Amino acid sequence: MRKLLLIGNPNVGKSVFFSRLTGTQVITSNYPGTTVEFTKGFAVFGKEEFEVIDVPGTYTLAPTCKAEEVACEILKKTVNEGDVIINVVDSTNLERNLTLTLELMEQSVPVIVALNMWDDTKHKGIKIDVEKLEEWLGVPVVTTAAVTGEGFAHLASRINEAKAPKVRPHTPQDRWKDIGSIIGKIQQLEHRHHTFFEFIQDLTINPVGGIVFAGMVAYAAFSVIRFIGEGLITYIAGPVFDKLWLPVLMKLSALMGSGGIVHDILIGKLFNGQIDYVQSFGVLSTALYVEFAMVLPYIIAFYFVLGILEDSGYLPRLAILMDNLMHRIGLHGFAIIPTLLAFGCNVPGILATRVLESKRERFIASTLISIGIPCAALQAMIIGVLGKHGIGPMLTVYCVLAFSWLILGFILNRLTPGFSPELLIEIPPYRLPQAIVLFKKTWWRIRQFIVEALPVVMGGVLVVNILYILGVFNTIAGLTAPVITGLLGLPKEAITPIVIGFLRKDIAVGMLVPLSLSIKQLIISCVVLSMFFPCVATFTIMWKELGWKDMAKATGIMIVSSIIAGGILNLIL
Amino acid sequence: MTTHNHKTLAALASGKEGKVVAFECGQGMSCRLESMGIRIGSVIKKMSAQSMRGPVTVKIGNTSLALGHGIASKITVEPLQ
Repeated sequence: MRKLLLIGNPNVGKSVFFSRLTGTQVITSNYPGTTVEFTKGFAVFGKEEFEVIDVPGTYTLAPTCKAEEVACEILKKTVNEGDVIINVVDSTNLERNLTLTLELMEQSVPVIVALNMWDDTKHKGIKIDVEKLEEWLGVPVVTTAAVTGEGFAHLASRINEAKAPKVRPHTPQDRWKDIGSIIGKIQQLEHRHHTFFEFIQDLTINPVGGIVFAGMVAYAAFSVIRFIGEGLITYIAGPVFDKLWLPVLMKLSALMGSGGIVHDILIGKLFNGQIDYVQSFGVLSTALYVEFAMVLPYIIAFYFVLGILEDSGYLPRLAILMDNLMHRIGLHGFAIIPTLLAFGCNVPGILATRVLESKRERFIASTLISIGIPCAALQAMIIGVLGKHGIGPMLTVYCVLAFSWLILGFILNRLTPGFSPELLIEIPPYRLPQAIVLFKKTWWRIRQFIVEALPVVMGGVLVVNILYILGVFNTIAGLTAPVITGLLGLPKEAITPIVIGFLRKDIAVGMLVPLSLSIKQLIISCVVLSMFFPCVATFTIMWKELGWKDMAKATGIMIVSSIIAGGILNLIL
Repeated sequence: MTTHNHKTLAALASGKEGKVVAFECGQGMSCRLESMGIRIGSVIKKMSAQSMRGPVTVKIGNTSLALGHGIASKITVEPLQ
């Protein structure tokens, strides 16, 4: 099967293009570096089926970060006879984009150029003579707008015209000179007045106005997440579980004689003859309730808001504002984007650190994420468990995590050899998020969450119940009592949730409830659970991304810092 | 290379334009700057600078870029009226 490779500068819309061609949903956003891995899909043109590959964006074929390395490697290793490169170009940034086009053509692979974001050229006052450009390049040039699908039929009809013209190798200087002269002939710019978006653009990177705006965005984001999350719980998830699911479970419980091993595993313990969703701890009661009625509503809310932030183009501006602070912890401003993603789930957050240039930064960023950034599922449970005791305990947990993140960042910055490169990013124009793109992306992420989390949570509850019955946890609790009770001031049974935290942190927080802990103990155990050890999914991705040595180092740091943080809380609270 | 009216990009006032006359960076970095549009002779407009030696934002044609203060202080520009 022949391959089509989508190659282009970062943030020119390759992933939207890919979704459009293949119907495969991939995450798209309005900032450079959303795609850090390559994604495959299939598309049929005429009668032929092609394998389509979405390649991470790159400015040149001489890579400067891990994501660009991936791009260059794909180009070197996977292109065979007959494969075609679709060079996706941002029409509103033609001059810079054509540099890569020429570089690609020098590789003697068949290229077809797609002038994407063609719709944007009109209101930006850019006129491009497409025929002249095609003549000069010697490869087909088509205009497209991937978000609306404009131009795709035309593109499909010309795939087979892709050519590999003989282009002499240029020095970079030659290349720019050539491009500069052709741009003068084919492109006309009209002056346009300041648009509303440009006003916002100026405001959001203003040293004073930007900070105020960022504060407002953060406040709005939290308010909307809480509003949606609580709304879904109160009006949908709660009633469904109480009115529909509970009677079914009670019947099932009665059928099984309200007790016995199978009953305890599936339904859990009964309290005064009733199922308590939070405490019963059965596979069909607590496991389902925690995932669908406590965690999922916040996951939906979080990803909806994150999607808006991503698609608007605000996040790179936030990176600029945060740059100063991030430098103190050995990173640069752009690291704030992986960090924000990690608030949803640590796994995509750690994967997204690939946009950072050095291994040192990726180590620091990943370690800090897995220690100080609670994922949405964990946060939902912390809110669920601590929220009823007022805002104070919740705030304490967040502050301790933020503080640990900062302090550890300072320390890691001092102790990790090497230096941190400086910020150098392209700032995308603001765009209005497209409702359909936003809903698709949110839905895709929610589905991903359910598919990945649900089996682990149900399996986890099953295993825990079996281990309880076998009495395994009593043995572990005896062994770890000196640390758990002595240092952290928790009952020795608290080791069970901490161990289960390795499977999933949300269900682990849920397991704290039956222990009837004091508020102080709840705070300590939430902090320790967040910091102590990554869940198995995060652990695996860190291992893959950092290698086992750095993974081991990161794990050591986590264990030590969580015990220190918990110990200090035990002394001062 | 620096004559009396040449300035670093970091020192250029916000809102002013300048023509790049020199930049000194490591080989890798200069490559990346060039591929993003900052080259000898390109005209760039400084949009803003964050306080406390924070990043500088510039516009080259239709592209907006953010550069760390250190990078910006290694780029020399000739201010344009």
